[in-house]
Parts: sequence; structure tokens; C-alpha cells
Amino acid sequence: MNAIEVKNLSLHYGSFQALKNVNVQFQEKMITALIGPSGCGKSTLLRCLNRMNDLIEGVKITGVVNFRDINIYAPGTDVVELRRHVGMVFQRPNPFPLSVFDNVAYGLRVHQEMKKIQLSAIVERSLQATGLWDDLKDKLSETATELPLYQQQLLCITRLIAIEPKVILMDEPCSALDPIATAKIEELMLELKKKYTIVIVTHNMQQAARVSDYSGFMLMGELIEFNKTGRIFTNPDDKRTQDYITGRFG
Amino acid sequence: MRIDPKVSQRIMVTVLSLATGLALVILFFIIIFILSKGIPVLNWKFLSTFPSKMGKAGGILPTIAGTFILTLVALVFAVPLGVGAAIYLAEYIREGKTTKIVRFGADCLAGIPSIIFGLFGFILFVVILKMGWSILSGGLTLAFMVLPTIIRTSEEAVKSVPYSWREVSLSLGATKWETIRKVVLPNAVPGILTGIILSVGRSIGETAAIIFTAGSSLRLPTSLFDSVRTMSVHFYILSREGISMKNAYGTAAVLVILILAINLAAYWILHRFTKRNT
Repeated sequence: MNAIEVKNLSLHYGSFQALKNVNVQFQEKMITALIGPSGCGKSTLLRCLNRMNDLIEGVKITGVVNFRDINIYAPGTDVVELRRHVGMVFQRPNPFPLSVFDNVAYGLRVHQEMKKIQLSAIVERSLQATGLWDDLKDKLSETATELPLYQQQLLCITRLIAIEPKVILMDEPCSALDPIATAKIEELMLELKKKYTIVIVTHNMQQAARVSDYSGFMLMGELIEFNKTGRIFTNPDDKRTQDYITGRFG
Repeated sequence: MRIDPKVSQRIMVTVLSLATGLALVILFFIIIFILSKGIPVLNWKFLSTFPSKMGKAGGILPTIAGTFILTLVALVFAVPLGVGAAIYLAEYIREGKTTKIVRFGADCLAGIPSIIFGLFGFILFVVILKMGWSILSGGLTLAFMVLPTIIRTSEEAVKSVPYSWREVSLSLGATKWETIRKVVLPNAVPGILTGIILSVGRSIGETAAIIFTAGSSLRLPTSLFDSVRTMSVHFYILSREGISMKNAYGTAAVLVILILAINLAAYWILHRFTKRNT
């Protein structure tokens, strides 16, 4: 099943074309990795999926992105509603300068009035889902920005899954973290994919190989090759993919 | 001839430290001068009783009340307007001609001598709108005067909130206004407060604009349409008309102490907020 389907997507920043006619499908409850050298457009593609590129001045997008068979670029799309279902984890951990509890509760409070008991239950459940509960259950009122970096990033993931999106977009979520923390996040991703569709952009090819089911290789705004991760990393069709994954450039 | 860099280094350190020292000495000289002349006059009676014989005797109670009420009225108008404009400038319109014009206008407005505001307030509020010399006329004039400061400092404060927080709030499905209300404004509070405190200082110290618009009545006001006299105006009249230098210094001492207290409070608030946020 497709969670998201991208058809003929092109994106211009002013006169620069950052995405060139991209076609790809992201499978439900699978992890799809987007790899490629810096500036290849992988983060740009990711940010098209919840329309975060709308915030940038001078961006022009053509093509279709279907989420649950509805084009999110059709006029009249409720972007706020879309982002409830297609959430994002950013490169730098970016908790709000609020308490741990208020961070996790942020999205919930935005979306509906809730009794404190109900809110607490969801906060606890979400922290348990990301494995933070045992470490943070006595620190719920501490300021989140004072936590160690990897806990901050896990907290950002917690904050997102508290609102139960359908799709989680991850933009190099481990690039600020050490290998041990990275392993923790990867472990969590494998757990999360039982419930969520995940698309991850990564610089780290080994990471893509370890966690993803599907991989797409991008170069200069084009999606060169898209296939099962095993295939991409062992027997790619395109010579450029081959050259990139064997480290000939990038 | 080239001066030995080590020598020039030492000369400059000396010159710069002297400049800093001199600035401090001037500041302390003024404060000590005012306080030494004013504090002997100060007592509870001076603060809590009405003046008599035009201020030659008695206390300064109505001028304290006038100062506070006028400043308060100015803030009631200027803060919502200024902070609102700042949010609009920083968040809702893209950088371009409009923002440049507004900013340029605000900067020009900030540089206009206060007596011009006074004249403007006199003509508009006192005469045309028939509000008379009153708290309302004076407060509105002061509000216009401090508006540019509030807009510019609030705008900077709003802009200094990291983009990543807005981005993540939007990505969690919050609307722009929810993001501003829950993320941007709380984190911009210290900066906004700074602008407000600067404005309070300016309002308290203002004389010219107030004589023109709020008058100089020595009664305790009972409505917004009453005339009041602020401490600064009182000081001006007492000294200018040679009524009582002793009571003028007493008033000045209260003013100086009040301004110091406001600044200290501001530092304390800022310190607390920034500590929590970083």
C-alpha cells in the first residue's frame, strides 16, 4: 500500500531547479531512505511531503503529491491538518524551552482541549514508546533544553508521536548524535515502523542500509534509482548509484 | 616617526579606561549631587501630603500619582499597539518596501524632539478633540512618543526567537497564530519588556510634552479628563519659577530613586527570564 505517492514533482528556488520531475511511492509502514550527496535535493523532497517548503520565499512547486489519494498541492488543502498526519523530525534536536511534559503535550494541546489526566496518560504512553519514560519520569518538569542531546532528539520524536501522525519524516535525525545514540534512534525506528510510515533522509549510507526497506538515490535534483534497499546496496541498476555507494564520489 | 606598538597599546588602554572612568564619575556625581541635596528633604510626610503655597511647602503626593497614572495610560495605549505592529512586521509580512517604510518611519518618529509631540498632542487632543489638559491627552501623547521604541524593540525581540522553534511548531500542525502565541511571544517577553521599561523611563522623565497636554494641576485626579502634574513638571515649575529649590531637589531625588528602582527591576526580570530560557 502506498502512503504517499509523488508524481512529476518539480521544485524551483527562484531560477534554480532543486527537484526535477521526481516520481516515487512511499510504502505504508515501511522505512524508506533517501540518500545522495549534499545538495542533491533529498531534504527538499522530504520537505515537500508536508509542505514545509511553503515557508521559504520564492519556492515554486509543480506536480502531484498524493497522501491518502488526495493531492496535497491541490488548491484549498488544509496544510495545518496535513501536518498533523505527516510530521517531521529535524536535523538538530529542537525541543521548546519548556518542560519535558509541556514539550510532549504541545501538539496535543494545540489540537484539542484535554483533561489533565488524559493528557498525562498520553504523555506517559508516548514517552514509553520512545523508551524515555524510565529516564525522564522523575524529570517531567525539568526544562527540555537542558537534557543531553540524544534525549532531546528522542523527546522530539516523542513530541511527534504523541499526536499520532501517519507518516514520520526524518531529516538526518542522527547527524548531531554520537554512534551509541544513533543506534538507539535506529532501534526506535524499527519499532516505530510497526505503526508509522517513515521516510528518512540520511548522509550515512550504512544507516540507510541498516534500517530501511526501500532506498532512493538522488543526484542533482533527480531521483536516479529507487528500489528495495538490499538491491540498491548490492546490485544497483544505475552506474551512478554504484559509484556513489562504493564511495567513488559524494 | 612610528610609535612603538607596545607604547601605543599602553596609551590607548589608558585613554579608553579614562573615558570609561570619566563617564562613571559623571553619572555618580549627578546621582550623588541630587541625592545629597534631595534626601534631607525626603520623609514620609513629603511623599504623602499635598503641596501648599504652589509647592513652597507641603509634599508632592499628587505629582507622584500624576506620574504613575500618566505613564500607565501611555502604556495601556502604546503596548498593545506597538507589540501588535511588531508582530505583524516580523511575522506576517515579508521583508520589503512596506517593512522598510514602517521601520524608517518609526526611526524618524523616535528622533523627533518631545516638545514637537507636545505641540501635536496639544493641537490634536486638547484643542481639536476637546479633551482639554487631561490625563487622556497627556497619556495619548506619551503613547505616540514611546510607540517607535516599543515597536522596534519588540520587533527585534520577536525576530530573535529561533526559526527552528517556529518550524517545529508548524510541523506539529499548529497554525501560525498558535505558534506565535505559544512559542514566539513567550520567548520574546524579555526583549519586549526591555522596550516597555525604556518607555516607562522616558515617560517619567518627560516634561515638555506633558505641560502642553496634561497641564499642571496640583489636585489629585478623579477622572481621565482631569489635569495632572507629574514629578518632572513639578520639578521644572518649582525651580524655574524659583518657588522652592529645596522641594525641587526633594522631587528630583524621588525621581532618580524611582528610575534606579525601575532599571534594577528590569535587570532582575531580564536575568530571570533569560536564565530560564537558555
